[in-house]
Amino acid sequence: MTRTPFIVRFLGATPKSGWIALAFAAALTMVLLPALHLLVPAGSSFHVSAYVITLVGKIMCYAIVAVAMDLIWGYTGILSLGHGVFFALGGYAFGMYLMRQIGRDGSYQSDLPDFMVFLDWKQLPWYWTGSDSILWSILLVLVVPALVALVFGFFAFRSRIKGVYFSIITQAMTFAAMLFFFRNETGFGGNNGFTDFKRILGHSITSPGMRVSLFALTALMLLATLVLGRYLVTSKLGRVLAAIRDAESRVMFIGYNPLYYKLFIWTLSALLCGIAGALYVPQVGIINPGEMSPANSIEIAIWVAVGGRATLVGPVLGAFIVNLAKSFFTVAFPEYWLFFLGALFVGVTLWLPDGVVGLWRKLREQRKPGSAA
Amino acid sequence: MRRLAFALLCCLSLAAHAALDPAAVKQLAAEESEDKIAAIHKLALTAEPEALALLQQLADDTLKDDKGEDITINNRVRRELEGALAVLKLIDPDAAVRYKAVKEIATNVDAGMGPMLAKARDRESDPKIRALLVEIHALATLKDADPKIRLAAAAALAGSADPNTKAVLKAQSEPANEAEVDVRREAFRSYLAVKDRLTLAETIGRIFSGLSLGSILLLAALGLAITYGVMGVINMAHGELLMIGAYATYVIQGLFRTHFPAQLDWYLLAAVPVAFFAAATVGVLLERTVIRWLYGRALETLLATWGLSLMLIQAARVIFGAQNVEVANPSWMSGGLEILPSIVLPLNRIVIVGFALFVLALVWVLMNRTRLGMFVRAVTQNRAMAGCVGVPTGRIDTVAFALGAGIAGLGGVALSQIANVGPDMGQGYIVDSFMVVVLGGVGQLAGAVWAALGLGIVTKFIESWAGAVIAKIVVLVFIIMFIQKRPQGLFALKGRFVES
Amino acid sequence: MSAPSILHLHEVTVSFDGFRALNELSLDIEVGELRCIIGPNGAGKTTMMDVITGKTRADRGKVMFDQNIDVRRMAEAEIAHLGIGRKFQKPTVFENLTVFDNLELSMKMDKRARTSLFAWLDDDARDKIADTLRLIRLDGEAKRQAGLLSHGQKQWLEIGMLLMQDPKLLLLDEPVAGMTDDETARTGELFKSLAGKHSLVVVEHDMGFIEQLGGTVTVLHEGSVLAEGDLATVQNDPRVIEVYLGR
Repeated sequence: MTRTPFIVRFLGATPKSGWIALAFAAALTMVLLPALHLLVPAGSSFHVSAYVITLVGKIMCYAIVAVAMDLIWGYTGILSLGHGVFFALGGYAFGMYLMRQIGRDGSYQSDLPDFMVFLDWKQLPWYWTGSDSILWSILLVLVVPALVALVFGFFAFRSRIKGVYFSIITQAMTFAAMLFFFRNETGFGGNNGFTDFKRILGHSITSPGMRVSLFALTALMLLATLVLGRYLVTSKLGRVLAAIRDAESRVMFIGYNPLYYKLFIWTLSALLCGIAGALYVPQVGIINPGEMSPANSIEIAIWVAVGGRATLVGPVLGAFIVNLAKSFFTVAFPEYWLFFLGALFVGVTLWLPDGVVGLWRKLREQRKPGSAA
Repeated sequence: MRRLAFALLCCLSLAAHAALDPAAVKQLAAEESEDKIAAIHKLALTAEPEALALLQQLADDTLKDDKGEDITINNRVRRELEGALAVLKLIDPDAAVRYKAVKEIATNVDAGMGPMLAKARDRESDPKIRALLVEIHALATLKDADPKIRLAAAAALAGSADPNTKAVLKAQSEPANEAEVDVRREAFRSYLAVKDRLTLAETIGRIFSGLSLGSILLLAALGLAITYGVMGVINMAHGELLMIGAYATYVIQGLFRTHFPAQLDWYLLAAVPVAFFAAATVGVLLERTVIRWLYGRALETLLATWGLSLMLIQAARVIFGAQNVEVANPSWMSGGLEILPSIVLPLNRIVIVGFALFVLALVWVLMNRTRLGMFVRAVTQNRAMAGCVGVPTGRIDTVAFALGAGIAGLGGVALSQIANVGPDMGQGYIVDSFMVVVLGGVGQLAGAVWAALGLGIVTKFIESWAGAVIAKIVVLVFIIMFIQKRPQGLFALKGRFVES
Repeated sequence: MSAPSILHLHEVTVSFDGFRALNELSLDIEVGELRCIIGPNGAGKTTMMDVITGKTRADRGKVMFDQNIDVRRMAEAEIAHLGIGRKFQKPTVFENLTVFDNLELSMKMDKRARTSLFAWLDDDARDKIADTLRLIRLDGEAKRQAGLLSHGQKQWLEIGMLLMQDPKLLLLDEPVAGMTDDETARTGELFKSLAGKHSLVVVEHDMGFIEQLGGTVTVLHEGSVLAEGDLATVQNDPRVIEVYLGR
């Protein structure tokens, strides 16, 4: 018997219909929208504005985070209230590079970032070493959030902290991290964080070309995350994770050590968040400790819940629905946004436990009375 | 000026019983400033109450000369006059005035003031002022030419509780500043005594601020200890129940201001029950509409109650505005209690520690000595069985949740007295409260008490050497590590009920 | 000399807050034996299984598996790899996975996370799963979600999962609770056929089932062994009657 090559199995995990949807999404985000932004003149009604590109790009970053959250919460049953930290860490890691790219164009015309000049620092702290190299920064983006997650997760999962306990201590971690980054002495710009970025690899960060490149890169990353996610959840590892969610003690008594399974998916999830954060910062042009606030992390959970837990499309849909609603409300009725968001938390948990995707499935099943229960 | 004061006090006892010299009194009206000053000196030397009165009149510009005209004085004379008056206050018949004078002189003691301070000291009858005079006198004579006097001064300073004295003694114990070995030794001995006393005082102060923080944490967490600890409901809107209690206090304060301004001082007493019922009412609403449908689904409860907290925050913003509102301490809560010269315990903090004890006792009695408490415990231990023996489990859930919410409201009353009252105020306490309950061990009231006090004291001690933010981070990291070691908290339940 | 022992407990003590769930319990199970354990509630039956499988740590005493392996310090998963399988009192299957997946995950194989990421099911494994499906009479339900099975079917699925592990020792906590008489009888037949190849420890309250199984019966009471022997002997032991009926 011949073994199927891994790459075939990996790509084959996504069904044909999935690939068709992905191809459409890719065409839309990597060809159509960029073309409408770059090639169609601003006056035309077909022109896609910088605002839309930035908004959709931002939400696609959130969608990556939502999928990452779904892997750990929807599929493994572990609710993290700390994913905002990994997102922000990725953002800060790439933000360091962006700060260095400002060069002498800052307000103080110094080699050091403005906030360091302001603090009267004479040289870069040791952990800023290499931050002028984009490769090193990308490495940091990949390693730092994952490493923090690995260490934290190792201790938490080894002590068999689960359920609400785990959620609460991730929230405490988030809170501590936020306080830490708020300090000026930490060396990440205190409560102002990083902003006023000028360029990436020498190219202006505000040029349409750069905007579209970041947008397309984010789209690519999101689609790749979905393909990876599909393979993971259909692999044996994914089924063991689902088994852990259903009956962790049973998993142990048939000979699996849940620690490493949880640790793997937890760390991978953090890694994806870090990448999303790194793509987010150059697009929105700012990163500050507010990204680490407990409220931000818990909001990620509602994206997943609105879309539908333990589905891959759900979190993407949820991220778009909630964040488009946010953009709409904060402009049209800023007073009512928190009421709406709060009601969303309550309503989804009470009446829509399987999210939009679950609702759609239910409706489809009702329309086909002959189908199996 | 100070030399004048010294000179005249030196002669205090000599002139004590002399009647006022009419010539000197007359000389106050002299043309020349020099003469006036000489007269002031002479009169001050008498140290008679009449002289004090006379000079006070001169200072107040109410003294008239023979012809009934005002005696005018220039600034130079006035300066001398003020110096004389300040020192004369050491013999004022009013102890409060003397005390103030001593305190004032203590801020700038001079080596030359020794003898007059000694005399003032010997005359003094009030023990508190006398002790101060002893210390000031010793400080003044520590640099005396006579080693014996220096030695006595160094010994006398052992009783001080002043950081400044500590530094002076330290300097005196060094060979560069003191030639005599004996004096150095004595100074060092006294230095150690003062240092110990100050360290003790600092420790007491820190423990108190730790207790104070602990009692605040306890008030914030006690309600949670019922809703989460006993009922197992993860209420992320707990902080907002605190906020409701604080706003209730604010509203009551406003009502008293407009309707009972005379009784304004007692608004807080009225606020306690109002805050309790306001928060409890909101608690009942939350339980009936949302939480009830999510029992047993902890993570869903967490998310739904988070949503509720967002709505409550926004509601507070709409009703009271986004800015913090001002809640004032009643007058009987302002001020402090001085337990050592260097530590003053703020009264409002002391009241809050007492209030925390009161709420704790209330919760304990309710949970352990009433039928309601018994029902709550029964339902939490075995819901089905409790239902079978006729406990109305649904209603008990509501009442227990309302109780937890009401206790949170009481916490809000306390917070309104020491923290900002605003829509977001609850958010800052939710993590802390959970940490207390988790650290103490779920379902353990005693655990929550120890955890709150322990956290409070530990936080304050770390704060003293690392600052508030680092202290907060260190404590959170510590709790995270602690839970790794003992996931069940300080007071763990063991056995077959642990995992369910 | 009796047959070599597969499991040997020596004076095992476990206490929870002063309450002794196991009190110097000593027990010996031979290779291939089918042992039944009975006892009133709180006798320590479940705690004993917890200790053997690593869920609860013994305060004192020895727990030796296969004569010379001390399992007292080992983690649950390690103990499972030694060849001890356990069925819970309440049937515990992975409700959101299919019956087939439930069996596949239980199969004896490399169970490390990093290999599971690339794991691939070969034909032998599929055959083995198909055999087990037939044995537990769920061959028509392979693609069904385990959560949708009846209570008795879940019990069987869990037994099937145990068999997929190919354990040397099976610990079965009330395996026939909630089964119909017919299902109970078939389960008894299955267990009897397993004895010899595997060693079985069955905790049950159903005396009819125990009678069907035959084999030695151990009576636990207050954390230690009260009596041991065949069912008739044990049932006539005045101390056993006292414990079950007295007080």
